[in-house]
Amino acid sequence: MGSDRRKFLHKTAVGGAWAALVAAGWLRPLRLLAAPWNKAAFEAQALDEALRQIGAAGASESDQIQLKAPEIAENGAIVPVEIVSRIPGTQAIYIVADKNPQPLVAIFELLPGLEPFISTRIKMGESAKVRAFVKAGGKFYVAVQDVKVTIGGCGG
Amino acid sequence: MKIRAQLRGDVADVKVLIFHPMETGLRKDPLTGDLVPLHFIQHVVATLNGKAVMEAQWSRAVSKNPFMNFRVRGAKPGDKVAVSWEDNDGEKGSIETTLE
Amino acid sequence: MRVLCPGYGKGGRAMLLVAACLAQAAPAQASPEQDRKAFLSTYREKFPGIPVGSYVNGALMASRDAMEQFDGIMAFPPFQDAIDRGKALWEAPFRNRSTFAACFPDGGRNVAGNYPYYDARSREVVTFEMALNRCRQKNNETPYAFDDPQTMGALTAYARMLSDDMLTDVKVRGKGALVRYAAGRKLYFTRTGQYDFACASCHLYNAGKTLRTEILSPSVGQTTHWPVFRGGDDLNTLHMRYRRCLQQMRAPLLPAGGEALNDLEYFMSYLSNGLPLRASVYRK
Repeated sequence: MGSDRRKFLHKTAVGGAWAALVAAGWLRPLRLLAAPWNKAAFEAQALDEALRQIGAAGASESDQIQLKAPEIAENGAIVPVEIVSRIPGTQAIYIVADKNPQPLVAIFELLPGLEPFISTRIKMGESAKVRAFVKAGGKFYVAVQDVKVTIGGCGG
Repeated sequence: MKIRAQLRGDVADVKVLIFHPMETGLRKDPLTGDLVPLHFIQHVVATLNGKAVMEAQWSRAVSKNPFMNFRVRGAKPGDKVAVSWEDNDGEKGSIETTLE
Repeated sequence: MRVLCPGYGKGGRAMLLVAACLAQAAPAQASPEQDRKAFLSTYREKFPGIPVGSYVNGALMASRDAMEQFDGIMAFPPFQDAIDRGKALWEAPFRNRSTFAACFPDGGRNVAGNYPYYDARSREVVTFEMALNRCRQKNNETPYAFDDPQTMGALTAYARMLSDDMLTDVKVRGKGALVRYAAGRKLYFTRTGQYDFACASCHLYNAGKTLRTEILSPSVGQTTHWPVFRGGDDLNTLHMRYRRCLQQMRAPLLPAGGEALNDLEYFMSYLSNGLPLRASVYRK
């Protein structure tokens, strides 16, 4: 693909490129691919309810999950979280922040070809445990880390 | 959206930044004092040559202008990596890059 | 918080600062170079093992955890869209078809390190932001408000990046320049507001200490990294930050782009001579 088309896609990233990709047969419309948004899990306000909704209630702690998050988050609006799973057959990775109004933050379903690695940035309302759940071979595993969130900052 | 893909052997390391407000519905507009409505990305799909390799579901707690880094195995130069998203208002976006 | 005076200081210059602190007055007039060296000497004592080059990271330099977050975010900054908007402002021609780039040598590349400078003709300190506005006025456009993140903020988010890695190279030469430098220096050492703090109280005499969970950053390096994006999206220019600090210290505000803050920026930028600039960075 020429760099011109790439530039076009960069500039028209919303809507236009989407339609072009669908028309070209690169992508099926999202709705056909993806499962419906897990409202019950994402809107659960209690941690155990959120875990129950995703089926992770009985997860066992695993040192085969590498969870990397700051000890003290510089700003709760943008907390970098990186997860690597060494558990064979990793199918999905979930991020949970215990004290968020809705603890389930994100679900990443790893289809064949994807390395069991994900890195993103999340919002945390207050200091809490961040949990990385891994679904592998139909079972759930978890790694936990405390992340402090401070209010304040001088920004200088 | 911005995308950066680097091929290391047969693994494509893909970093993507989506410009999206990811409004939680809890923030007040400083000018009007009204709550800014909930507006956040719910679905993200990453594909390699059109085949889905990752499907994500996000909550409003993913940071504003969300960043994501993932790695795809079995990639080679000339392959196309695309990331598409859809939000709770049905708005969509997409970006594609060719691996070098 | 009781202001503590340093009980140490290598060499005569740093001792001048101690004496001044104890006397609760601005230190005796010294040359800009003497000031810069005295400040550096004091900070080397307060931040042992940290190279001066790292001071540009401010409070972040004292925490590996904080620097890792900074590096991670800066690798792919979420505020790239704001920088792109700034680029559009920079590149958009004026009505008379000239551009910002035409106002500066080398199209605006590697210029910001020379600012602020003293304009002997108008007898005032000129900051980079003022130079951008002078460019607008020269081309019959209305100047931007100095504290508007949408205009001046966004513009500098891009325009200052054209000078990334340039070393700070502020000159204070001649009587007029020295007068303005001295005015900025005096402001830096003047106690003000409800808490009766001077900039020096926190950022010189108590740099490195913690005040309400925040590490007090040294003034060397403070002017090199603007604008900042707090929390990844809240654009703050240096003068916006000065004003916010005055507000936090319960001190009377000074106008962004006004003489007092320009003089202060002049003095403080001189202290950072030799340190590299890096615009549009993440801060908490």
